Amino acid sequence: MQIVIQGGRVIDPAHHIDTVADLFIADGKIAGLGQSPAGFIPEQVIDARHQVVCPGLIDLCARLREPGQEHKATIASETRAAAAGGITTLVCPPDTDPPIDEPSVIEWIRRRAKAAGQARVLTLGALTHRLRGERLAEMAALKEAGCVGVSDGGQPIGNSRVLRRALEYAATFDLTVFLTPLDPELSHGLAHEGQVATRMGLPGIPAAAETGRIARDLELVRDLGVRVHFGRLSSARSVELIIRARAEGLPVSADVAVHHLHLTEMDLVGFDSRCHVCPPLRSLRDKDALRAGLVSGAVSAICSDHQPHESDAKQAPFGDTEPGISGLDTLLGLSLRLTRDGVLPLTTVIERLTCGPARVLGLDRGHLGVGAMADVCVFDAEAEGLLESTMLRSRGQNSPFIGWALPGRVTQTLLEGRVVYAREG
Amino acid sequence: MSATHFQLDAQGRLQHFLTIEGLTCRHLTEILDIAESLHGVAERRVKKLPTLHGKTVVNLFFEASTRTRTTFELAAKRLSADVLTLNIATSSAVKGESLLDTLRNIEAMQCDMFVVRHSQSGAAEFIARHVKPHIAVLNAGDGRHAHPTQAMLDVFTIRRHKPDFPSLRVAIVGDILHSRVARSLIHALSILGTGDIRVIAPRTLLPAQVENLGVRVFHHLPEGLRDVDVVVMLRLQRERMEGALLPSEQEFFQQYGLTEERLALAHPDAIVMHPGPINRGVEIDSRVADGPRSVILEQVTNGIAVRMAIMSITLGHHARPVGEEV
Repeated sequence: MQIVIQGGRVIDPAHHIDTVADLFIADGKIAGLGQSPAGFIPEQVIDARHQVVCPGLIDLCARLREPGQEHKATIASETRAAAAGGITTLVCPPDTDPPIDEPSVIEWIRRRAKAAGQARVLTLGALTHRLRGERLAEMAALKEAGCVGVSDGGQPIGNSRVLRRALEYAATFDLTVFLTPLDPELSHGLAHEGQVATRMGLPGIPAAAETGRIARDLELVRDLGVRVHFGRLSSARSVELIIRARAEGLPVSADVAVHHLHLTEMDLVGFDSRCHVCPPLRSLRDKDALRAGLVSGAVSAICSDHQPHESDAKQAPFGDTEPGISGLDTLLGLSLRLTRDGVLPLTTVIERLTCGPARVLGLDRGHLGVGAMADVCVFDAEAEGLLESTMLRSRGQNSPFIGWALPGRVTQTLLEGRVVYAREG
Repeated sequence: MSATHFQLDAQGRLQHFLTIEGLTCRHLTEILDIAESLHGVAERRVKKLPTLHGKTVVNLFFEASTRTRTTFELAAKRLSADVLTLNIATSSAVKGESLLDTLRNIEAMQCDMFVVRHSQSGAAEFIARHVKPHIAVLNAGDGRHAHPTQAMLDVFTIRRHKPDFPSLRVAIVGDILHSRVARSLIHALSILGTGDIRVIAPRTLLPAQVENLGVRVFHHLPEGLRDVDVVVMLRLQRERMEGALLPSEQEFFQQYGLTEERLALAHPDAIVMHPGPINRGVEIDSRVADGPRSVILEQVTNGIAVRMAIMSITLGHHARPVGEEV
């Protein structure tokens, strides 16, 4: 299959390209930019005039709820939502049921994703057996089965000795370790510890629950030289710690969930359970620091932290609801809002959604170089519309962004040179 | 939309009673004035008014309570309502029925008012947002968030003894962190223009940035009690020791317990309050609890009139005792 995407503004941050040109795709790979490759006869022409053509988005953290919680969502339902949102690669953390702590689960997820055929699903293996933080998982076998890293799966390891050994063992097999920086004993609360939580009578989670863990983990990294990625920073001080560690040359990186770039503790007022997330939404100052970290590059990637829920999971008093936001549908729109708000130039936003996360994964993805896998997102950057609940493709309708004006409208998504989403009309 | 505005209708009248935060001095004064006029009803031979005749009030208690539940029951009965009390902590919630399902079922019984107590902050507002529009919801305590009828009966009691709020010094002592009573009382006192509101507690029992609620923070009891007109003691739950918030009841009593000697530091005619149930020898010495300055039992009595007032206001009837007829 040979496809040409014509006349779009091609933005490929990995190669510092931002130009209006045709993009040529053959046999699932990028075949050329600008000049038609020799002997290229397009079977399909995609008109991308007045639109942006960029690498397909890579989302470092998306819960697809399968296996184990199919009443919330499935790999098929969520990869369809991803494709409609311009996301071509999803990284699935290991806290499925059963957890991703043995090769058969990785194989099973891969088969399900392949059958759905809408997006590439990569897996993170478990650091410890059953994610219990006691015994090591069989990381070598998990790596052979294809996991792209290992992780605590959102259940931080309390025992420092176990964590240190897990890091060392992972490093033996050159695996990047994805950690959730939250001290389990300090994170029993429901909201950022501050005046909003005080007024609402919600138990607080101090910023130190996050920064304390990061500070300790950085010391372990310094000792062991293992690559560590911190997922979902929520506080200003965490960004400072990462900046300092990177300046010292430690092999660490970090991402931020897109909702932390837009919401704060104030959004909890009225006990809005859709804003119940973990780590919690923090202060305005924290939000600004996370944005600044994204600008400076201290934060390498924006992710959706997608957590779809059935409606019952959010229909209860705040503390009885499950945390998490359904984020695949809004990842691109909320990221583009940063450009509209003058926080980040468009090319940088795309960088943090494509080659930024690819670098964290150590994968040759997220760019449009000749020979690269043709994962492409085409969107109209000028279009802007109010988000309505009927527009959400994810099974999870738990989004606090309904009613928000979101820029950007995905018109085509290509996965390995195959159109997996084309906007109608 | 916040609870503050949600509990008011378009004309700014109370349709639910969920929190004190955001109400105006006029709302509070109206409640206090009506409660004052109802206060005498209990002294009569027939302790009833026809105000809520034909109305059904359901007490939904998802958390154990004796005092609050009983006074709500009495208040509703004295207004001639039919009253049903459900202790849901021990019924359907245990069988796995969701809160919304429980609500729908009770709603189907054609009720007019829900009085709700729940262990989760925001539960009363959640219920108010999900019931049919004609049902009024009264918050009888939600998690650590609010206990607005308790706050109203507290300021009612204070006003009967010391009506000039701007000149008052009020100290709230003990476990502020877990206390919905403290949060609601602080809001009520500020709205009424109280000159000096103090909280006295060790740092482990104070919520973050509590000073932003408009209070002065003291860690040393004798210093905080100096010249105050009202001392409000809070109940200390025993489980606070396990949570590593305090070393022992003995040490707490030594540092923060109200004794006659310490009370002597307050204004000579200071009153002592407590929302109950009291832990004698933990937060308050028996001689103070039973002493001449204690208005603790008066608070219980006043709770009935105040709750009658709030019930009649939220259901849109302004109860005034007229004759003795029922």
